Amino acid sequence: MTINKKNTNTDFEVRSLDAICKNQEAVELPMWHNLKYLAFGVAFGIVLIKSEVISWFRIQEMFRLQSFHMFGVIGSAVAVGALSVFLIKKFKIKSIDGEEIILPEKTFNKGQIYGGLLFGFGWAMTGACPGPLFAQLGYGAIATAVTILMAIVGTWVYGLLREKLPA
Amino acid sequence: MTIIELIKQPWPWYVAGPIIGLMVPTLLIFGNKTFGISSSLRHVCAACFPAKIPFFQYDWKKEIWNLFFVFGIFLGGIITAMYFKNDAAVVVDSNLIAELSGYGITDFSGLVPGDIFSWASLATPRGFILMVIGGFLVGFGTRYAGGCTSGHAIMGLSNLQLPSLIATISFMAGGFIMANLILPFILSL
Repeated sequence: MTINKKNTNTDFEVRSLDAICKNQEAVELPMWHNLKYLAFGVAFGIVLIKSEVISWFRIQEMFRLQSFHMFGVIGSAVAVGALSVFLIKKFKIKSIDGEEIILPEKTFNKGQIYGGLLFGFGWAMTGACPGPLFAQLGYGAIATAVTILMAIVGTWVYGLLREKLPA
Repeated sequence: MTIIELIKQPWPWYVAGPIIGLMVPTLLIFGNKTFGISSSLRHVCAACFPAKIPFFQYDWKKEIWNLFFVFGIFLGGIITAMYFKNDAAVVVDSNLIAELSGYGITDFSGLVPGDIFSWASLATPRGFILMVIGGFLVGFGTRYAGGCTSGHAIMGLSNLQLPSLIATISFMAGGFIMANLILPFILSL
């Protein structure tokens, strides 16, 4: 096991082009360690479905202010997340591999507004953000495969046009 | 009521929200990973068709945990359908039912309206626009914004990041504009 490749990690700069796409872990673990993420994903998928967050109808209600449900889900998720992050920082809690937990600072760019609006359009149209798309497919909405495929195409076209877009 | 029956009921927001929020410390503590899902779409591009585009030139294998995570979400969907499916119809706000009925959307039995999101519907103008264009906007918009509901609204806001607040407000603004001003035209096609 190689420990601390942080200084030789030349991918870091490329990956940090995108504020959300960063892997802070420096230890290299065997592939089977990824199974824990599979398990977390399963739990997350079940919660998304049972709370009906994946429902096109719940999303329409949210954007028409007809139901508090989605605001309650997102609001309480942020409250619990923020408290967790606060405690992790305050007590300098380490990861189970003994690493310092790094939370990247995001920098502002106009993409957060333009891209955010475009994603908002897509969210209201498909009734799903990326997580729920995968849950919908597993839950049996087979035609969602088209939506996922198009989301991948959209990501690819963004990569292609990236340098030409205002940022 | 047995535990299984309880799980089958729709979960209230105050149960689901905190569990979703706990994904943030879970991923941080178990692997120093920041919660985020839309990046998985980028990793798929980098793995399958990078096409010499600089944005896709990185070692996606280092981010493979994210693909395991989304595959888990997919499996979670299958498991829920097999064991925890609620047979009762989805409860939908009466105003929304009235509005959607005007567009011929009458099937409220599933979480996803079968009247729009089906193979047959894909050949209709509104089905095509909502699934194909809508899906494209989800992928393009999240990457342009640098994250989605999980990466910005939940992870970013939990870490008190101003750019994530700006992004989240933009998501919501886009959603309100689409649902109230544009979607009625699309649905009437």
